[in-house]
Amino acid sequence: MTQNIKFYQTGTFTVGNRLLDPEHRAVQASIQRDNSLTSGHRACQGCGEALGARYAVDAAMRATDGQLIAANATGCLEVFSTPYPETSWKLPWLHSLFGNAAAVGSGIAAALAVKARKAGLERSAVRVIAQGGDGGTTDIGFGCLSGMFERNDDVLYICYDNEGYMNTGVQRSSATPPGARTATTVPLGPNPGEEFGRGKNLPLIAMAHEIPYVATATVADLRDLEAKVEHAMSLHGARYLQILVPCPLGWGAASCDTIRLARLARETGLFPVFEAKGGEITAVTKIRHQQPVENYLRLQKRFAHLFGDKGRPDIVARIQAMADKNIRRFGLLEAAE
Amino acid sequence: MTMKKPFAITLDPGSSLANKTGSWRTERPVYVHRLPPCNHACPAGEDIQGWLFHAESGDYETAWRHLTQNNPFPAIMGRVCYHSCETACNRGTLDQAVGINSVERFLGDEALKLGWAFAPPAMETGKRVLVVGAGPSGLAAAYHLRRLGHAVTVIEAGDSPGGMMRFGIPKYRLPREVLDGEVARIAAMGVTFRYGEKVSDLAASMAETHADAAFLAIGAHIAKRAFIPAKDSARILDAVAVLRSMEGAGPPMLGRRVVVYGGGDTAIDVARTARRLGASEAVIVYRRTRERMPAHDFELEEALQEGVKVRWLSTITGAEGGQLTIEKMELDAAGKPQPTGVFETLDADSLVLALGQDVDMSLLAAIPGLVTADGVVLVDPETMMTGQPGLFAGGDMAPGARNVTVAIGHGAKAARHIDAWLHGTKLAPPAERPLAGFDRLNTWYYSDAPASLRPQLDLARRTSSFDEVQGGLTEANALFEARRCLSCGNCFECDTCYGVCPDNAVIKLGSGMGFTINLDYCKGCGICAAECPCGAIDMVPEES
Repeated sequence: MTQNIKFYQTGTFTVGNRLLDPEHRAVQASIQRDNSLTSGHRACQGCGEALGARYAVDAAMRATDGQLIAANATGCLEVFSTPYPETSWKLPWLHSLFGNAAAVGSGIAAALAVKARKAGLERSAVRVIAQGGDGGTTDIGFGCLSGMFERNDDVLYICYDNEGYMNTGVQRSSATPPGARTATTVPLGPNPGEEFGRGKNLPLIAMAHEIPYVATATVADLRDLEAKVEHAMSLHGARYLQILVPCPLGWGAASCDTIRLARLARETGLFPVFEAKGGEITAVTKIRHQQPVENYLRLQKRFAHLFGDKGRPDIVARIQAMADKNIRRFGLLEAAE
Repeated sequence: MTMKKPFAITLDPGSSLANKTGSWRTERPVYVHRLPPCNHACPAGEDIQGWLFHAESGDYETAWRHLTQNNPFPAIMGRVCYHSCETACNRGTLDQAVGINSVERFLGDEALKLGWAFAPPAMETGKRVLVVGAGPSGLAAAYHLRRLGHAVTVIEAGDSPGGMMRFGIPKYRLPREVLDGEVARIAAMGVTFRYGEKVSDLAASMAETHADAAFLAIGAHIAKRAFIPAKDSARILDAVAVLRSMEGAGPPMLGRRVVVYGGGDTAIDVARTARRLGASEAVIVYRRTRERMPAHDFELEEALQEGVKVRWLSTITGAEGGQLTIEKMELDAAGKPQPTGVFETLDADSLVLALGQDVDMSLLAAIPGLVTADGVVLVDPETMMTGQPGLFAGGDMAPGARNVTVAIGHGAKAARHIDAWLHGTKLAPPAERPLAGFDRLNTWYYSDAPASLRPQLDLARRTSSFDEVQGGLTEANALFEARRCLSCGNCFECDTCYGVCPDNAVIKLGSGMGFTINLDYCKGCGICAAECPCGAIDMVPEES
């Protein structure tokens, strides 16, 4: 029998496993995990962003031995975690403005570098992350972020991508996908919801800056996410991680379906999961059980106008074509043509 | 408020832990233990998922001890059980069923190899029970009664234990050293065995053994006959006698061309035995089609591999001097075979009838209170007690499917109720656990892993010897196979609920202790229940 021992308990899909050595389990499987974003925060039931933030920051805390400072953009993550005078954060955490998280991160990194030099050290042991939602990243904070990339400042920027301005009442961002209803992209007229052909693909824009590390991840693949954070923290210079974090409120989905949606986003090909070094793609997470986009869209009320009696199968087909393009472009399927 | 604070700051910083978000909840997650379909399907009542859990970690002795709480014969089961557990296994819907039977055999063989023994009963009750018949049912009852602290005497008409496991199942399926090894372990617990003694007066035997209760498991050993007009020269035998004589000094004289009449597993056993005894032709004649054959298909398949032939849709209408008259049949609309009036002849040195077996009722007529119907003794299906208080019955002589596993289940169930009866109590039926169905699984989390196959003996040796056909799994394969278990409906500590909670409201209690919910912070989103691979979390509405 030459089969690899790869059954479910020691497989890579569950969070942990009683039969695995503790060091081979996910950070999140450990009783000693930091819970950097602690209980009592005011995120909605089933919030993907709260989950993604704890996954990413806990992994960064472990990678840096707890020597970590975070700068945070305005947005859900900031609002639900720090209503004055409470905080859910268990690490040094700064909030300044909606659009300047990357600049604040750059400034902290510069200050730490100066302190280290004055102490006669090569570089500071304390590391910096900056984080925000897709609005604060792809729209409002884009200039600061591009500058941070261009200067190759020693910051890991994490974008929690829930595809819209959820905190202010679900408005469109440049990360909102075509066809999706938001408060500002109404499901009316010949092109209901967000129009096709708009928006930004920030991971590809980050790659164009040829920074050391760019990666995407979802809350459905915890080990992959943790591995990417850990790798990012082993590097210096500007790094960018975009995590897909489904939003039950803004997407009109059941609170229990958050991880399922993230999984479907990847398995349909709509959200390609990959990593790139110096502007070149170096690894792609292959689709395990390919799904039609309809299985993903039907779980979300923001796409409800595409289905039913007055449905728009033509728009569903265009979304499927986007997924198919991603699959071709990133090579998301195993080469078993 | 005396602390000096920066400009415009009036409150001390606090933690969000002060904010008990559990008050938002309308549903709460609850950890449940559902009944896995394998356990549900097991006629012997084994906790299959439970013992696989221990086997998964390589702790085979604990797995074996857990298994034998319900069934003392894993090495036998791993060879002769028809494993309805595997038919029910949820993994069958995903890729292939877990090879439960082959892991069970591995555990049984490991126990025999390493000499694991049953613990003696913790205390003696002072009660005595007579078991009549040392077949699977009687042996199982004796084992369980002894575990419960009763003194047990088993009286068996044959000269060795096993019943149909010895006299009905050929050696190539169940080597006798395996049977003897597992029975010896029961004897070592202090069960008294008496062989070669036929109980003809139950009351006298109970008085002589000072028994307070008795369990009857005499089996069904009388071959059914069919009327076949035959001249004196035709050699007609019955399957029970043929298989029984295989245990004696001289094998039966069947000749070169053997015809077996019947469509059950016994017919196939006889045909395969005939091939091993040197018959160049072994032909099974059966009235219906392969789809309607009661024999298990894998047994037929193995027989066909060994060169056994089958005449489907055929009955035997006459036998004369080495020739049988066969009438072709056809199925009517109701699926019943009907004669066609088309006849053929078939050469045969001997004809073996394998048409089923009856219970020897002569023993039972004198026992007051026994009620029989359709050739079996009626028992209370809840307790296995016959019409006579304190007298229980099981196995082939009681209603139910006739196979070793069902018989063992009867024995185990009867033992529980005999114990209760001896204590003057009645066992309440166990609480029904809801089934852990496939639709409750989140199969994404299970890696793709096809089943491991057991090696089979070379075909050449299968028709020339009585060596065991089916081999066992190696330790690595058995471990692999155990780890294919999905743990349906029962937590296997994969930490997924603990990982996926956005509110850190799942508390991990540590290895072997599972998880609990921190209701102070659980918002009731239901992600833990949705993502639980094995369906061990229910969402339960909060009372308003």
